[in-house]
Amino acid sequence: MDIKLKVDASGLSCPLPILKASQAVKTVESGELVEVIATDPGSVKDFAAWATSTGNALVESGAADGKFRFLIRRK
Amino acid sequence: MTAEAADKPKKLVIICYSGELEKTWATMILASTAGAMEMETTVFVTFWGLQTFVKDKKRITGENWMQKMMSFMQRPGASHRKLSKMNFMGMGPWMMFQLAKKYNVAKPKELLEMAQAVGVTFLPCQMTMDMFGLKREDLIDGMGEPVGAATALQLMTEADSTLFI
Repeated sequence: MDIKLKVDASGLSCPLPILKASQAVKTVESGELVEVIATDPGSVKDFAAWATSTGNALVESGAADGKFRFLIRRK
Repeated sequence: MTAEAADKPKKLVIICYSGELEKTWATMILASTAGAMEMETTVFVTFWGLQTFVKDKKRITGENWMQKMMSFMQRPGASHRKLSKMNFMGMGPWMMFQLAKKYNVAKPKELLEMAQAVGVTFLPCQMTMDMFGLKREDLIDGMGEPVGAATALQLMTEADSTLFI
């Protein structure tokens, strides 16, 4: 799986991780992957809600080294 | 569910009525996020809310002395909002902005710009513009055509969700 774009939203508070992710996803082609790293604990549920609303696929959502990692495939 | 969500975007209407910093913040967070969630988002801006959408650099607005006095007593612009409590002559908002910086929270003005960038529509209330003597050029760029209560109500009845802030 090739990650087309990586976004570091570490340290940013709600709603910035979602806004940054949304901007990033719009710059890649359909089917391409965007990785977002965040530290906001609320972002786990927020990314799931955002994916449901927009129709983009949340391929991975997990925690590692005190950070959250989201892998999004553009619809 | 996903396909359905993508086919028919949800509609959100926010009535931006208040002009206090904390409520302005809530409006801008929800509007920008709704735009990022690809919801069709319209913000109807009325009464004190419209003061937030006057250009920051405008100091005095209005045509007659009462309108001018009103703008003098309550400085317009997204960067000049006051807190409804603990304002302490601007000390409260100053502390809020220091905390926002420390915790990487975007300011209302930044969120407003992001909302506009993701296609959120901001519609000024014509009646409020008339009453406060506000002209189109007093308001920030990118706002929609001024409308009235009937348009706002029509949008609300067609929306999936409506907020009055």
